[in-house]
Amino acid sequence: MLPHAHETVGGRPVTDIRRDFPAFDAPAERAYLDSAATSQRPRRVLDAERDYLEHHLAAVHRGTSAAVGESTSRFEEARDDVARFVGAGDRELVWAENATDALNIVALGMADASAGLGGHEATRFALGPGDEIVITEAEHHANLIPWQRLAARTGARLVPVRVDERGVWSLDAMADAITDRTRVVAFAEVSNVTGFIAPVAEVAELAHRRNALVVLDACQSVPHRQVDFGAQGVDFAAFSGHKMLGPNGIGALFGRAELLDALPPARTGGSTITVVTLESAEFLPSPHRFEAGTQPVSQVVALAEAVRYLDEIGMTAVAEHEQAFAERVLDGLAAVPGVRVLGPSRGEARAGLVSVAVDGVHAHDIGQFLDDAGVDVRTGHHCAQPLHRALGITSSTRASSHVYTSLDEADRFVAALMDARRFFGVAEEVSV
Amino acid sequence: MSGLEGLYQEIILDQAKRRNGEGELPDATSQHHELNPSCGDELTMRIRLDPAHERIEDLAWEGDGCSISMASASVLAEAVRGMRVADALALTESFREMLRSKGRGEPDVEVLGDAVAFHGVSKYVMRVKCAMLAWVALEAAIAKAPPAG
Repeated sequence: MLPHAHETVGGRPVTDIRRDFPAFDAPAERAYLDSAATSQRPRRVLDAERDYLEHHLAAVHRGTSAAVGESTSRFEEARDDVARFVGAGDRELVWAENATDALNIVALGMADASAGLGGHEATRFALGPGDEIVITEAEHHANLIPWQRLAARTGARLVPVRVDERGVWSLDAMADAITDRTRVVAFAEVSNVTGFIAPVAEVAELAHRRNALVVLDACQSVPHRQVDFGAQGVDFAAFSGHKMLGPNGIGALFGRAELLDALPPARTGGSTITVVTLESAEFLPSPHRFEAGTQPVSQVVALAEAVRYLDEIGMTAVAEHEQAFAERVLDGLAAVPGVRVLGPSRGEARAGLVSVAVDGVHAHDIGQFLDDAGVDVRTGHHCAQPLHRALGITSSTRASSHVYTSLDEADRFVAALMDARRFFGVAEEVSV
Repeated sequence: MSGLEGLYQEIILDQAKRRNGEGELPDATSQHHELNPSCGDELTMRIRLDPAHERIEDLAWEGDGCSISMASASVLAEAVRGMRVADALALTESFREMLRSKGRGEPDVEVLGDAVAFHGVSKYVMRVKCAMLAWVALEAAIAKAPPAG
C-alpha cells in the first residue's frame, strides 16, 4: 500500500517525503488521515528539539552568561523564522501554548481593557453594552467560547453569521452582520469541518471600514497554505505548532505591533515587565509583555525547524497536493449513494479535508469500522457543535491530509466508507 | 470472531434498528436527559413508577446516537419494563461491571439476558460510555423520582 510513484509535492515524490517521518518507518498498513487534528513530525523537527535540549539548554532572557546569550539568540531567531513564514513583522509574533491560548490572549486582554486596565492606549479594546462581536456559526469552539465569555463580561452582544445547508457562510451574510456597532470580527480562515476557505482580505476590508478588529483563527490555514497576515490585513491571528509538523505545547499569536503594544497582558508575571513596585507594574512592549514565565524554548526551536521544512517544499505545493487529496476523495464519493459531503461543492475551492455524514450510520460507528480497516480519521463534532446543529447532525467523519498523505490513502478512505455502509446494512444491494 | 464482529454483534445491529421503547411517555413519574459531551450522543429517559414506587410500570426514551448507544437503550427498555426498581438498579450495576471488564471473564447470561451482547464493547474503552448512556439516564431518572404517595 505505497503511494503512487509519480505523486510529488514541490518536485519531491511523496514516497520520499514519507521517509522524513519516523511515523511512517513501518510499512504503511494504516492510512493516517487525521492531520487536521494533529500532524506527524519530520525526524529533523524531533532532532532539532533534542539537539537544543542536549547542547544548548540555558535560561532564555535571564542572566548574562554566554550560554544564555546563545540560547536567547536561538529563541529569538526561531521567532523571526516563524514570523517571516506567516507574514508577520518585527515584534508581531507572540508565543502561546496553542491557537486556543492565543485567541484567549486577545479575548482576555480585551476583557481587561473593558475593566479599565491598560491605561489610555487600551481603551480601543474596551467593550460595553451596545458593542457587537461578529463570529460565524462554523467556528471551532476555540474561536467561539472566548468571545461568548467576553460578551458576558462586558455586556457586548455576540452576532452570529449563519451558514447555509452545506455549512458555508457567504461574504454577503458577513457584510450584513458587520455594522457600526461591530468592534470585533472573529472567524476561521479554513473551517476544520467543511474545508471552506474564507475570503479573509475582503472580510478584513469590510471590518476595517467600520473600525472593527479582525481576529483570524488560522489553525487550519497556516499548516496547509501560504498565508501573509500583513497583506491579508488581519489584526490578530492564531495558530498551533502541532498541526504544522511541529511540537505540542507551542503556538503563536500574530498581532499588528501597535495593537499588541496596547493590548493589556491578561497573564502577568516574570519577564513581562519594565518597572515593578509593590503597588504596580509597567509592561514591556510586544512580544515579551505577553510571555510571562519560563517559555517552552525547545518547542519554539523545533517549530522553527518545521517551518523551514515546509518552506523548502513550498506552501503552494503543499496546498496543491492536499487539494488533490480532497478532490480524489470527492471524486470517489460521487459514486457512493447515501453519503453527504459537508462544505463547498465539488469544483469549488476547499482545503485538503473532507467531512461526511453517512445516512443511517452514526459517525462513531463509521469511525470504529474505519479504525478496524486501518484508516485513522476523526469522528464526532470536531469541536464545532453549533455548525453540526445547523447542518441537522450531531457528528461527522473527517478525513484530512498533509504533505505526506498519498492519493492511495484517499482511495482507502472511500473504499472503507463503502464497506462500512454494507456492514451496517445501509448499502443498496447492487448486482455487479 | 474478529474485533469488529465481537463489538457489533448481530443482536446489537438489530436492536439499534428496532429501538424498543423509543417514544414519549406522557404520564412519566420522572425523567432525565443524559449527554455524552465527547461525541454529542444524547438520550432522555422517562419512567413511570407504580404508586408505591417499587416497580417500573413503563418507560420510554428519546435519543440520538451511535448504534451502540441506541441498541443499549433498546435492550434496556425490553429488560427493565415492569421490573422492580431495586432489581433494575442491580441490573444496571451488573451491566456496568461487565463493561468495565475490558473483555475479561464471561458475563452471566442468567443475570444480564440480551445485555451480554455488549460484553465485546468492554474491550473498546472509548465506546463504554456509549453503551452506558441509557443506563446512566435510567439511574438518574430513578434518583429524581419524587417520594411515593
